[in-house]
Amino acid sequence: MKLKKLVTLGGLVALIGAMSVSFAAADGHTVIRIASQSPLSGGQSVLGISIRNGVELAISQLSGPLEDLGYTVEFVPFDDQATPEVGVSNAQTIVADPSILAVIGHLNSGVAIPSSEVYNDNDLVMISPANTNPAVTDRGLPTVNRVCGRDDLQGPTGAVFASQELGISSVYILHDTTAYGQGVAEYFQEQAVADGVTVLGFEGTEEESNFEGIIQPILALAPDLVYFGGIYNQTAVFISQARAAGYEGLFMGPDGFDSSEFAGIAGESGVGTYYTTVAGPASIYPNAAQFIEDYTEAFGEPPQPFAAQAYDATAIALAGIAQAAEAAGAMPARADVAAAVRATEGFEGLTGSITFDINGDPEIGLYYVQQVNAATGEEWSSNTLISTLEIPSPVHAAEMMAMEVEATPGS
Amino acid sequence: MSTDTLMPERSGLLSPITSSPTWIRFSHTALYRYVIFPLGQIFVFVVGAALLLTVISYVIAFLFPEPRENINLVTQLNRQLPGMIISGISIGFVYAMIALGYTLVYGVLKFINFAHSEIFMVGSVSAFAILSFIGSLGGLEGWNPILLVVVTVALSAVLSGLLAVGIERVAYKPLRRAPRLVPLITAIGISYILQDVVRAIASLTINDFNLTYPTRDLDWIRNPILTLTFGEYDVRVRTTSVIIIIAAIIMLLALNYFVNGTKSGRGIRAISMDQTTAGLMGIPVNLMISLTFFIGGAFGGAAGALFGLNVGNVTPYIGFFPGLKAFTAAVLGGIGNITGALLGGILIGMIESFLNGILVYFPAVGIRYTDIITFGILIAVLIFRPSGLLGERVDEKV
Repeated sequence: MKLKKLVTLGGLVALIGAMSVSFAAADGHTVIRIASQSPLSGGQSVLGISIRNGVELAISQLSGPLEDLGYTVEFVPFDDQATPEVGVSNAQTIVADPSILAVIGHLNSGVAIPSSEVYNDNDLVMISPANTNPAVTDRGLPTVNRVCGRDDLQGPTGAVFASQELGISSVYILHDTTAYGQGVAEYFQEQAVADGVTVLGFEGTEEESNFEGIIQPILALAPDLVYFGGIYNQTAVFISQARAAGYEGLFMGPDGFDSSEFAGIAGESGVGTYYTTVAGPASIYPNAAQFIEDYTEAFGEPPQPFAAQAYDATAIALAGIAQAAEAAGAMPARADVAAAVRATEGFEGLTGSITFDINGDPEIGLYYVQQVNAATGEEWSSNTLISTLEIPSPVHAAEMMAMEVEATPGS
Repeated sequence: MSTDTLMPERSGLLSPITSSPTWIRFSHTALYRYVIFPLGQIFVFVVGAALLLTVISYVIAFLFPEPRENINLVTQLNRQLPGMIISGISIGFVYAMIALGYTLVYGVLKFINFAHSEIFMVGSVSAFAILSFIGSLGGLEGWNPILLVVVTVALSAVLSGLLAVGIERVAYKPLRRAPRLVPLITAIGISYILQDVVRAIASLTINDFNLTYPTRDLDWIRNPILTLTFGEYDVRVRTTSVIIIIAAIIMLLALNYFVNGTKSGRGIRAISMDQTTAGLMGIPVNLMISLTFFIGGAFGGAAGALFGLNVGNVTPYIGFFPGLKAFTAAVLGGIGNITGALLGGILIGMIESFLNGILVYFPAVGIRYTDIITFGILIAVLIFRPSGLLGERVDEKV
């Protein structure tokens, strides 16, 4: 019975698909589709929906060049539910539709990594607006790109800021023992040591509520800064208890702090905390004023983090498709689109100028240091941007190093 | 049954052997039995645990004077000691209060009520709900702190106690004649159900399950109640730590009076010795079992409320680790033994606090090993004393 329904449903979908293709063909335009994959339901849907909206806005505004070439650009959003299984199954559906030439997604690195294997097997290009895990691009897949920064540079960003701008001389590092928290804390530690900061402790804990015992040695060591690689639901509790116990130094953390929940939990104690992130709110980008206006008009609410990145990712995809279509003089092959996207150089987007390195990372990533101003969740957007750092991706840094060595052959 | 079988000094840990008639007369007064003796017992446990761990820490400091570059362990210990002891006592009392729930139920029904950790969680969540409700009526600032704490803790204790009674009626009573493994499985099932029901309620009502106590920003919660100065260092004593300690002591005295000094308490002790015979003697077995669950649940709920006030933020999944540690405490002290639960709780809390304070200086180990070492100690104790430090169920030996 269920199977029968599924078959009927599948048939309907196929029929509608066929009809839309034939309709499109009827008015003399070939249809090109761009898919998005992000969580549209569940706890992270706020961010996922803003990614979808960013893509939709970009397609409606920027598909002019392709239309001039005689194509119609359509948008197909998918809900990956922040779940790897769903993401991969959507990916199968996406690659089966030959008119889809690019995917914008995902929000979660854990979903992006397996799904991108499917895209890559079918030469379909993916541009990620939000995935920060190094493994997303470090696999060296020719179809996988991202417009945001990396975790292994986010930790050092915090360390550089702390040592140079805040002038700290000692730090105590905590992490949540997860791949994300411990990873970013280790990258932070490496850079802090290199900058001559004394690391007074490096500890992992799964404790989520009672930090009193953990705070005692921190009080005794009295570090200038406590860095906590973790997510707000743990770190904000720690911060409020550490303040109550009498710790008077500074706090810093990675983008796991970037949630209005942080202020809801930490309250007054959290004010003054620094955090690093790869995606500031759209308002911090100089070119984004028009985007915020258009977005708010189209969707009735201001853009969330990653909406501007999604817009840029879509713009790059459209430019790549147009370039490949022009070169082919017909509907371009997916592999050509992927190659054109990878060759993107000096693309001027909302979030800055983007050039992809050979792994698909932006050659220069943007990293932001923000400071919490909010004592309640509603005020979260009032946090101030303290500093923006431009850091080369590992591949680009190595290239630059190699060029320097070539330039000075004697060394 | 002679009166001295009711005496808790049977535990043998604390028996000032004075055979003078004055002492014997004094030791039979209510003042001694219900106030001085249990207070002395708590005092001895706390001071003993603190002294023991302090000595061990200084021995470690003597063996490894400089475990890391530029770190003198003795200096660090001097500075941390008061803070470690205070946090050890406060979390120790929380563990002890939860452990009582495990041990009371074990004493009466001989099975581990694994849903008890969720009763603790319900206590902390209902304290959040009560405080939020009071706050929504018009400002918590206007309330007398003592009254506010008493009302919150008492209401959460009653709610949790009633919930525990309800759980017993629904999930354990129909299975009382089933093999002991069966209620164990239903207990695990109940604990999952409680977690997700609470999460569902929290998500539906306030659309969030990180529950932050509205008392967080009150001055008397944020500011220390007193600041002790040791040499050049200040040690802040948090108001909530003092609240936990005082509330726990009052409740432990009340429990001691209830179990040893009232008719119902005698009934509970009777059915824990022999359910069938006690029933034949006219003791209402079901009522006594419900009462046991109510008291155990109320202690767990009160502990949850106090814990929540102290940490300031709770979730529906908060119960697991404190519950596990309290269960460990109950086993360490001797499951079924009320005094043992108290001793075990204080010991586990204190060990945890000291390990968190000291392992930091040994980077090869680190505080991630705190739980491993704590459970290692438990295993070592059980190898040499399989029935726990104070032995299982003192009553049975009478």
